[in-house]
Amino acid sequence: MPNEFLSLGVIFLGAALVFVPIAKRLGIGSVLGYLLGGVVIGPYVLGFLHEGEEEIMHAAEFGVVMMLFLIGLELNPQSLWNMRKSILGLGLSQMLLTAIPVGLAMRWGAQYGLPQAVVVGLAFAMSSTAIVLQTLKEKGLGNTAAGHSAFSVLLLQDIAVIPILALIPLMAYGEMANAEASSGPRTTWSSALTILAVLAGIYLAGRFLINPFLRFIGRVRMRELFTAAALFIVIGVAYLMESIGMSAALGTFMAGVMLANSAYRHELESDIEPFKGMLLGIFFTAVGATIDFNLLAEHPWYILSLVTGIIFLKAVVLAVIGRFAHLRLDQNILFALLLAQVGEFAYVVLNTAKQYQLLEQTPYAMLTAVTTISMALSPMLLFVNERFIDPAFGVKLSAETPEEPSPEEMPHQHPVIIAGFGHFGSMVGRFLRANGVHTTVLDSDSDRVDLLRKMGFEVYYGDATRLDVLKAAGAENAKLLVCAIDDREAVLRLVDTVHKHFPHLQIFMRAHNRLHAYEMYDLGLEHVYREHLHTSVQVGVDVLKSLGGRSYTALRKAQEFIRHDEEALKKLGKERHNKDRYILMVREEIAQQEKVLAEDNKFFNVRQDSAWDSEPLKEEST
Amino acid sequence: MNKRVLLLLFHPRFETSLVNKSLLNAVSDLPYVRVHDVYEHYPDFNVAVKREQALLLEHDLFVFQHPFYWYNFPPLMKQWTDLVLEHGWAYGRAGNQLNHKWVLNAVTTGGVREAYSHEGRNRHTVGEFLFAMEQTCRLCGMTYLPPFVVHNTNRMTNAEQESAARLYRQMLQRVSDAQFDPLMAASSPYLNDLIN
Repeated sequence: MPNEFLSLGVIFLGAALVFVPIAKRLGIGSVLGYLLGGVVIGPYVLGFLHEGEEEIMHAAEFGVVMMLFLIGLELNPQSLWNMRKSILGLGLSQMLLTAIPVGLAMRWGAQYGLPQAVVVGLAFAMSSTAIVLQTLKEKGLGNTAAGHSAFSVLLLQDIAVIPILALIPLMAYGEMANAEASSGPRTTWSSALTILAVLAGIYLAGRFLINPFLRFIGRVRMRELFTAAALFIVIGVAYLMESIGMSAALGTFMAGVMLANSAYRHELESDIEPFKGMLLGIFFTAVGATIDFNLLAEHPWYILSLVTGIIFLKAVVLAVIGRFAHLRLDQNILFALLLAQVGEFAYVVLNTAKQYQLLEQTPYAMLTAVTTISMALSPMLLFVNERFIDPAFGVKLSAETPEEPSPEEMPHQHPVIIAGFGHFGSMVGRFLRANGVHTTVLDSDSDRVDLLRKMGFEVYYGDATRLDVLKAAGAENAKLLVCAIDDREAVLRLVDTVHKHFPHLQIFMRAHNRLHAYEMYDLGLEHVYREHLHTSVQVGVDVLKSLGGRSYTALRKAQEFIRHDEEALKKLGKERHNKDRYILMVREEIAQQEKVLAEDNKFFNVRQDSAWDSEPLKEEST
Repeated sequence: MNKRVLLLLFHPRFETSLVNKSLLNAVSDLPYVRVHDVYEHYPDFNVAVKREQALLLEHDLFVFQHPFYWYNFPPLMKQWTDLVLEHGWAYGRAGNQLNHKWVLNAVTTGGVREAYSHEGRNRHTVGEFLFAMEQTCRLCGMTYLPPFVVHNTNRMTNAEQESAARLYRQMLQRVSDAQFDPLMAASSPYLNDLIN
């Protein structure tokens, strides 16, 4: 129904466009903006949404799936291994120390059955990866101690979802077996085998299938096709996982990890990123829209005390763990408040439990309401921390913790980016590598990328003229960019993007020839290198030598000539603008050649080589 | 009015020379001192003669700061001298552009002061090794001051390095002062001795 699709689009996007800027302006973060927008368009305020929001939730949950794919892409198996201590130490203790008390409270306090108590405990131990990562990114806290620790905890939770989701059917079958209702669709063992087979399949595909596939697509050289391929991978894996009754999030996360070492990582990242952002936004909006205010009105105190209780418990547990991890006080408070909400995975876990009839409708609605409200409160907690708690300690977070992240965790911290790794760019890269300077290389020829990676170069497939690709390559932190791209139009786009978005990034530009160099100077570049200048003069030097000239004199003449030519280039480049700008390219080329030759004549006329010249001395002595 | 000082630094491997770095740091903030790192400008030995000459004309006192290799200054300094001090400009019948300007060498060396004496193992003083430089300056009509020398650079403690740098600064302040009389200095072998 196109009508409904369009109206939903207008409602959702409209809400985001109105409320997110307001929230940003107020300094409370975009997540709260989306949530507020959702509440406003929801059934209890404007009533734009009434039915079908379940389906929107499903579509929007896909944002979470994509987010996990992107997280996976950031973590190759090696860096996962390097982070194992903090993931296991911080993450596991957080999971257990939160899940066990919650489960006990549910079992004895709320009289839940054992499986139900386990499910709720595990669900409520989850924090919101979406909210926290978004917050860290927006507030620039990713590199603080609290940010690193929070990331480790979230990672363990994300991974833990997988066994938890596998546990639910097992517990459900246990229940059913007790009730002698063993009409489960599959037996436990065969489903476990299917799951293992599919996981192995994803592993193998990630290692052996997807890279050649992407190379093949890259060779077609159509951007939208690559985007389609990226989406295909994510959606395909998700579909596969769902069809065997597993978490799509887990599958895409795994696929992401498998592709983290791939040459196509940056390109995949930048293709999926906008979709993820949009869908997460819709997800948060949908969360806001599905808050059941009726339920809230019926049991206000029960729900609110649950919310307060869970946030309080989570924050205390986190603070204790943070204390053991030697976080400083301000960092520890941030760490505790960052992760104190119940996250989106709680929906997934609770929903699965409901599907397997472990949870009834009423407790399910109640628990999701608790989850939603705690998520809505989360930005406010941080807001309070930022405005009142943190200043009270008089410490500025990011400035005070100049932590050096290890290179494994921060793969894009190279000071130099080389765009284009053909004959020219690769010489530059090899020279820099020989002198211990690490570079991030971007190239859009998939065959070449493949070859160079086999030879041990760190090369990524990507269109360096795109803002998101540059960002993924670390342009924000890099010092300079060497541009050796052949396509002239692309070079112009690249310079434009860099000047607009990364003004700190110095550009070292390879120019094809004199005219191209003029254009580059016109763009305000300082470091422009004509690719034939030194080689052609070197040929001249060797010719002089084979005609009987002395080497050192020939070399000096060459140096002198190059200096003269560089000066003439800058001079003529400025004069060029006084002339008619509409001369044809070819004509201009000839006109330029004429001017260059005229400059040469001037140079020959005034030049005198007095170095080690005894003629004037002889004249004077006679 | 202070003299306008041009400090010509000649060091082929400045990045590893702690002593030369601390000497330079001690004086680079003086407002009348301009530091000219020559190896940094001409790594290819392709000295831009006109540019260098213009720079010389703008200053009154030239300090050549350099290490001592094989009892001499580094090769670019000789190249620079050969190219910049042109006949007809710096010397010769019409060459008077540098007349009345002052020159001094600030030398760093691993040898101790006692080694650089007629009885020592190097058999000559630092000043004697610099005779050619002195004569070049005289030929160009310049006043050549005794050298400022930092000895024993390979075994210096941090404190010794700092005090050498302090002495360098005091020396430059003193020599560039309008009241300073070069004849007074002519009798002491090192400018260092004048300050102590």
